[in-house]
Amino acid sequence: MNGRTNVASLRGVTKRYGAQVALHGIDLELRRGELLALLGPNGAGKSTAIGLLLGLIRPDAGEVELFGRDPQQLAARRRIGVMLQSAELPATLRVGELLRLTASYYPEPLSVAESAELAGIDDLLMRPYAKLSGGQKRRVQFALALCGRPELIFLDEPTVGLDIEARTKLWAAIREHVAAGCSVVLTTHYLEEAEALADRVCMMAHGRMIHEGSVDELRARVAVKRIRCLSALPIDIVRGWSEVNEVRRDGERLHIGTAEAENVVRRLLDADHALRELEVHRAGLAEAFTELTRDVSAEETAMAEQAA
Amino acid sequence: MSPRRVAGAYLAEARSECLRYLRAPSFMLPMTLFSTVFYLMFGVLINHGNGDAARYLLASYSTFGIIGPGLFGFGVSLAIERDGGLLTLKRALPMPPGAYLLGKMLMAMLAASFVTVLLLCVGVFLARVELTLGQMAALLATGMFGALPFCALGMFAGTLIKGQGAPGMLNLIYMPMAFMSGLWLPLPMLPKFIQQLAPIWPSYHLNQITLAAVGLNHQALWPHVLVLCAFAAAFLLLAARRLRRYG
Repeated sequence: MNGRTNVASLRGVTKRYGAQVALHGIDLELRRGELLALLGPNGAGKSTAIGLLLGLIRPDAGEVELFGRDPQQLAARRRIGVMLQSAELPATLRVGELLRLTASYYPEPLSVAESAELAGIDDLLMRPYAKLSGGQKRRVQFALALCGRPELIFLDEPTVGLDIEARTKLWAAIREHVAAGCSVVLTTHYLEEAEALADRVCMMAHGRMIHEGSVDELRARVAVKRIRCLSALPIDIVRGWSEVNEVRRDGERLHIGTAEAENVVRRLLDADHALRELEVHRAGLAEAFTELTRDVSAEETAMAEQAA
Repeated sequence: MSPRRVAGAYLAEARSECLRYLRAPSFMLPMTLFSTVFYLMFGVLINHGNGDAARYLLASYSTFGIIGPGLFGFGVSLAIERDGGLLTLKRALPMPPGAYLLGKMLMAMLAASFVTVLLLCVGVFLARVELTLGQMAALLATGMFGALPFCALGMFAGTLIKGQGAPGMLNLIYMPMAFMSGLWLPLPMLPKFIQQLAPIWPSYHLNQITLAAVGLNHQALWPHVLVLCAFAAAFLLLAARRLRRYG
């Protein structure tokens, strides 16, 4: 990757907290105009990776670059926007004042009115931050992340506590920015959020990058497909078929997990002529996620057992 | 980024810092009224017109009042902002790091000046302490700049403690230090070893300067100024190091 398309990177980065290793020599590249979703269970090392890219912490080994510089330099951070889930903004300041303050950190910010419009908070400018609802606070934080005309935005769980309509609006605003050439790093627990927005997904577990690729590639790595149908077939017969990984009955409905959906469907139709409402789904990101993180846990347990 | 815009960031930060505390007076008010209430009680109501005592107490309660905004304004707000993630966000944003500290410093200096003005009013109008304009100005200036070493101390304390426990912890520094440097009872009335220990407290040195401002101390002031400067520099460095490393 050359320097022009690469906006930020971690190279062979290790970070320890005491005896605990938070990151085991990970590599990560953020490209221009791309939305990267960073996924992983709590404690996977997502926050540490973000903290390093923001210059909040320093690596024990490896290199961290933000626009070709050390992220602790102001000049590098003047090109980013940040939305952190945990930050409690000053309660008594008005929304307009918060926007003006944050914009003052940047060389060529948007006007207060422009950033308010982008985030849909025009009507909130005179309200004290403490008086806002949870969803309004998220939108204000989003406006603060945009107000400096950033080339790279860090969004940490941006839609926690938002209702569906507000979430869809925020997604649309994020997509617009990516379309305009802005890069975004998104950390989220909502897998559908990553599915809806991400060009690329990096999945972390136990301080390692366990998968990197497009949403489709990630899904493909998990070959499991889900078959659902209404059938009177006894569950034990289906379980006996070699292609079937798992099967479960829920009233009249059968749920089958398999890597060879075509063969299983053929056998199902042969075995039960009264079968109705047949559906076949590809595994979603959620399944891929559980599958991949389970693999890693199993490997680690095995390694630990070997060592013991 | 142009120097003008950087200066603008400093200004915006200072403005926000002052605004947010002026709108939430419950944070600063107890600290600022404490010394005034003490002075009203001991310098006016109980004192029955002893001019020298009223003058002495004006100085020592000024010292007591000046320390509060620096120690608490910095210590408590830093401890809470570290806890609430605001400091993390500000460190991630391209905020000039000095702007954050300067904003808080300015607010502490404002509050300390406000305390000094309140005490001067009580002293001049109620306790009938006769002061020249020069003496009043000297006390006010001491109030403004005397807050700075305690900002540094508060800042260091704020990097060690987190969250809502901060006011209690800071009182454990504030109250004993005030007592042991003779701000509540004059030092000569205290046990010998406390008198001997007094010069290790920064509040003792600040008190020598406020005493001089109201005309009760005619010795050289530069040693006290020097000690306070050294004290401020030492704690500022310690705090800055901790903030850079741990946030």
